[in-house]
Amino acid sequence: MRRKSNRNRAQNIGFFFLSGIATVTILPIVLIIGFIIVKGISAISWEFLTTFPTNGMRSGGIMPAIWGTILLTFVMTILCVPLGIAAAIYLAEYATENRFTRIIRLALITLAGIPSVVYGLFGLGMFVIFFQMGTSILAASFTLAIMTLPVVISTAEESLRTVPQAFRTVSISVGATSWQTIRRIVLPEAVPGILTGVILGLERAAGETAPILFTGAVFSLPSLPSSLLSPTMALPYHLYVISTQVPEMPLEIQYGTALVLLMFVLVLNMIATIIRARARAKRQW
Amino acid sequence: MKTNSGWREFAITKVIQVAGVSAIGIVLLIFFFLMREGLPALREVSMLTLFSTRWYPTEGLFGIMPLITGSLIVTLGAAMVAVPFGLGTAIFIAEISPRWMREMLKPLVELLGGLPSVMLGFLGILIFAPYVRILFALPTGLSAMTGSLLLGAIAIPTVVSVAEDALDSVPRAYREGAWALGATQWQTIWRVTLPAARSGVLTAVMLGIGRAIGETMTVMMVTGNAPIMATYMAALISPVRTMTATIAAEMGEVATGSTHYHVLFFIGIVLFFVSLVVNITASAIIFRQRKRSERILS
Repeated sequence: MRRKSNRNRAQNIGFFFLSGIATVTILPIVLIIGFIIVKGISAISWEFLTTFPTNGMRSGGIMPAIWGTILLTFVMTILCVPLGIAAAIYLAEYATENRFTRIIRLALITLAGIPSVVYGLFGLGMFVIFFQMGTSILAASFTLAIMTLPVVISTAEESLRTVPQAFRTVSISVGATSWQTIRRIVLPEAVPGILTGVILGLERAAGETAPILFTGAVFSLPSLPSSLLSPTMALPYHLYVISTQVPEMPLEIQYGTALVLLMFVLVLNMIATIIRARARAKRQW
Repeated sequence: MKTNSGWREFAITKVIQVAGVSAIGIVLLIFFFLMREGLPALREVSMLTLFSTRWYPTEGLFGIMPLITGSLIVTLGAAMVAVPFGLGTAIFIAEISPRWMREMLKPLVELLGGLPSVMLGFLGILIFAPYVRILFALPTGLSAMTGSLLLGAIAIPTVVSVAEDALDSVPRAYREGAWALGATQWQTIWRVTLPAARSGVLTAVMLGIGRAIGETMTVMMVTGNAPIMATYMAALISPVRTMTATIAAEMGEVATGSTHYHVLFFIGIVLFFVSLVVNITASAIIFRQRKRSERILS
């Protein structure tokens, strides 16, 4: 009996300790988000969101940076999503488990682990210099697209794999070709999962600075970019610039910029969560 | 009509196959372009200079050792934060917390993973560095320590989600067996569940470390960027400069094709191989374990 109470005490202490660790880990996330919202909200105004910076960025708005991030994310999505989904279809529906497929998976693991700044170097070497795109929206979007590709491929493949095999068998047995089966049966079922993956990829790309540092982002611009071949300002880079490179930068604008960037992330994250929850509720198999 | 759709089917299948192979092509392209811009460094700078201890590019001194040790010490510090807190949180989420709490905590950890690193760097400068400075009575709070703490936070989501997955995939029967023998929940976690998930947990740690080595913006903003050799643990509280931060900080200012430019690409090659080794080791651990468990179960 006594031994039992000792063991229970060990368990209670252990659980208490682990709860403490989890609290110390997770509470700061909530605090960080709350802190930035509280500190940044006073800077947010219609003017802040829609005007150019003035006085060496120490006053005025951050509109060109917001616009740049939207543009980069949009072009990146167009470049990366079709390729990513096609590659996922190949891995989930066509590939057999052989040495070649294993090499593809190894390549995906490698891609997922390459540091973002190395993607930046690659983008500089290939898109900016070799393909002569210059530091441009296009070069930066290509770089971001390649960096996001492994995220899209692995989440899309995972959601394609959750579609039950019976769906395919039935479709093939009533005479559909394998592409028709994928197009009409498998893909529609997997869409919510794929969408979640794509949005999480976007979230990551929208916040990245290192890959666009030498491929498309600039300090400041007199006017909005006129084509995909011109460079652009971007929110994360702007936050880096005003928090490290500009002396006597008003804190309010710094926190305001951080809040706008946070909003991008939070909104994308929320959309992904909602899609996932709704798909889970609707699923009947 | 029939042949037409047959041809379309053929074309689409081909497109999908090409897309499937694209990952291999991209890795090769990255490798090629890093080599193309980075290898000339070996011709322009002698090996002896390259692996010396002084990094003063303006005077032609391109010793990358201080940058390598800088990356190592910051990553080591990050691992000391991310491993206990990440694994502890993973165990808490997977084994102890009730379902409703779990549904709440997992998205929060995921959200931390989605926070832009530049934002954590920004908060690090404003909030974190001043405390580190006061706590250790330093001239500046921008030190390896500050970088390590923040990098630890950045690596935590990776560690938590991979380790939590691993713990979650331990069959319930293992735990039930332990309980049936009279083990407490706590004993079951330590003696049964964790050992069974060992390989996944190890992978989690490796991937977390890989995440920390490659992180750029946060370390560039908060580590103080002094290229000093970090040879003692005491270097944790002095300013350091990592490989990633060096590339990010200096690439914008060098002339394309100069020696400095080539050396920065060379550092990129080193980073590429480090991340390659870390990630492939991490996935090999899982792979080997799977083979072993298949052998046992068959």
